Amino acid sequence: MTEVVFYIFAVAAVISAALCILQKNPVAAALWLVSTMFSLAAIYVLLNAQFIAAIQVLVYAGAIMVLFLFVIMLLNLGHAQSDIRGPSSVATTLVIVGLLAVELVALLRYTPRRLAGELSQWPTFTDPATVFVAGQVTLQESASRGVVGAVAAPLFQIYLIPFEITSILLLAAIIGAVVLAKRRV
Amino acid sequence: MLLGPALGLSAILFSLGVAGVLLRRNAIVLFMCIELMLNAVNLTFVALAQLHGASGYVMVFFVMTVAAAEAAVGLAIIIGIFRHTQTVDLRNINLLRG
Repeated sequence: MTEVVFYIFAVAAVISAALCILQKNPVAAALWLVSTMFSLAAIYVLLNAQFIAAIQVLVYAGAIMVLFLFVIMLLNLGHAQSDIRGPSSVATTLVIVGLLAVELVALLRYTPRRLAGELSQWPTFTDPATVFVAGQVTLQESASRGVVGAVAAPLFQIYLIPFEITSILLLAAIIGAVVLAKRRV
Repeated sequence: MLLGPALGLSAILFSLGVAGVLLRRNAIVLFMCIELMLNAVNLTFVALAQLHGASGYVMVFFVMTVAAAEAAVGLAIIIGIFRHTQTVDLRNINLLRG
């Protein structure tokens, strides 16, 4: 059952992404990208990452895409005029993307069992034995700490310094956006 | 568990994002394709977090933060360019070309 739902949303995500990059109208492209992000949020739920799914909807499908739509409409770019490159560029694109897709699918030959075997040889934050036996570490963590607690515990313990540095990044982004978009006086 | 299918979907979405960046001339659509690639990488992190523990979710958190900052600054730059050249078509944005 889970697999059927997963494949439905996976097909929806791929079709939406393809339409997003082929739509002439930027507004339509943005709305198809929102559709892709919602499908990905559903897939996150199926992968037992409910908190990340909620953040995906709030931050990506909500805040970031509203920013994109706002800029598209502010600049009045809604008039459809094809901006897809010429035939030679399309051929180059197909070659590059084909090579990339082949490489990425070749990586998929790392089946979960091989991956688990190699992960056990690296130093990990979790006990490799549980990775081996259960294969669902985060599910156990969610069961013991709650869905949000499983994300919050490493965020505020191991990754506390990177988390604090993030605030400096956001401050720089705020100042940069205001300075760049400000009308010269 | 769905690790393999999730990684496959991530590969397809990332390739579509690269195709979009190479195909389109509209700077804003280009940015949206970059967001698509970041989403594909997030899917990889979430899928592998099933095996590796919740550190993957923390990485997704950081990727989202960087994506938000990048979108804000990038769109501000696009607005600045539009004010200067009245277009967001990459063919007309060649100020730095020698």
